Amino acid sequence: MASQSTVENTEKAIWGGGNEPLGASYGKLMMWFFLVSDALTFSAFLVGYGAYRFKFGDLWPDPDAVFTHFPGLHGEYPLLYVALMTFILIMSSVTMVMAVNEGHKMNQKGVTYWLLATIVGGAIFLGSQAWEWYHFIVGEHGAVRFEDGRMAKVADADGHVLSLHDIIHGKEATHDHHEKFNIEQVRDAFGADKSLQLLLPGKERELISYKESVSLLQNSYVVQGANMKENEYGHPLFANFFFFITGFHGFHVFTGVLLNFIIFLNVTKGTYERRGHYEMVEKVGLYWHFVDLVWVFVFTFFYLV
Amino acid sequence: MADHAQPEGTRWIWNIFWLLLIVTAVEVGLGIVKPPILMTKFAGTLILNHIFIILTLVKAYYIVMYFMHLKYERKSLIWSIALPALILIPYLTFIVLVEAGYMGAVTLTS
Repeated sequence: MASQSTVENTEKAIWGGGNEPLGASYGKLMMWFFLVSDALTFSAFLVGYGAYRFKFGDLWPDPDAVFTHFPGLHGEYPLLYVALMTFILIMSSVTMVMAVNEGHKMNQKGVTYWLLATIVGGAIFLGSQAWEWYHFIVGEHGAVRFEDGRMAKVADADGHVLSLHDIIHGKEATHDHHEKFNIEQVRDAFGADKSLQLLLPGKERELISYKESVSLLQNSYVVQGANMKENEYGHPLFANFFFFITGFHGFHVFTGVLLNFIIFLNVTKGTYERRGHYEMVEKVGLYWHFVDLVWVFVFTFFYLV
Repeated sequence: MADHAQPEGTRWIWNIFWLLLIVTAVEVGLGIVKPPILMTKFAGTLILNHIFIILTLVKAYYIVMYFMHLKYERKSLIWSIALPALILIPYLTFIVLVEAGYMGAVTLTS
């Protein structure tokens, strides 16, 4: 009798249980709802970033001037490296769709191959991010911070940025990114070359004249690289948000690689072949695409806008 | 069933891939060139930034609808996922950025 009433119940009420009112299994549905909550978390972080950027407009660094390195190339290539990272992540999203696609066809070999490609793509992305963090932390030009908290880089007469190394040791000397300078050396360099001026970090690229620069340098100190307290690129909060948001995203990528790897092991063991479907691959696939989706927004709001 | 009108084969995957790649390339190209005509302010920010945001939303649409397969789910599922995000995120963005713009204006004048 009990079983019969359950059947009747499902027929009458769509929410009775054992039914899929949204046409998706419990696991898939919960993954979707988790992703919605995660999307709200990420949007809160990015909106927080936007809020402080709006508030400190003039002190906020121009992202083009911050991320300019490319491995193996000298000189400044804004956006190129992050564009490569974006490409890697989109590519790994494509291999994930391929894996899900092979799963629908119950092709164990295909799923194994494409899932492995996705894991490799994720690992390359994490490596790229580590490289970028390293260069962000070590710094590029070095800057001075004034008494009032504003920052400035050194520029030549035409307004091109010069590194502290260039003005202290000359442009020809071999570059050591780890050398620490002090404010006396900067003052001496300004004393020796009267064409130097200071450049504020904002998008307007506002210059401070030589005379004013020298007087500002009396009460300043040198900032090189980036940490949680200050950074050479601009307002301290810029580096804090950078570490936090790209770090949180990187943590998601790392988790995604881990989940993909666990599912990959199960695929090779034939777990889903025995189960009769590859829905687990679809579920981690949803998570993986979400990581790609978040990166699309981080890319726009950290590097482009 | 849930999987109605699901595309066959792998051609559609590569189509989306090329679309995402081209949109990203356009974004990067605009970011490097910064065409002077787009560097004027409109509705609080540069026209270029508006273009970046629109292109980003286009990419997001294709990732969610096709890669995440949302387009082929039931309507009830599509809306339970899309509505909270579409209502809450613009709302949060609006109130916080308006407030931050005001804070910035106040700090600059004082």
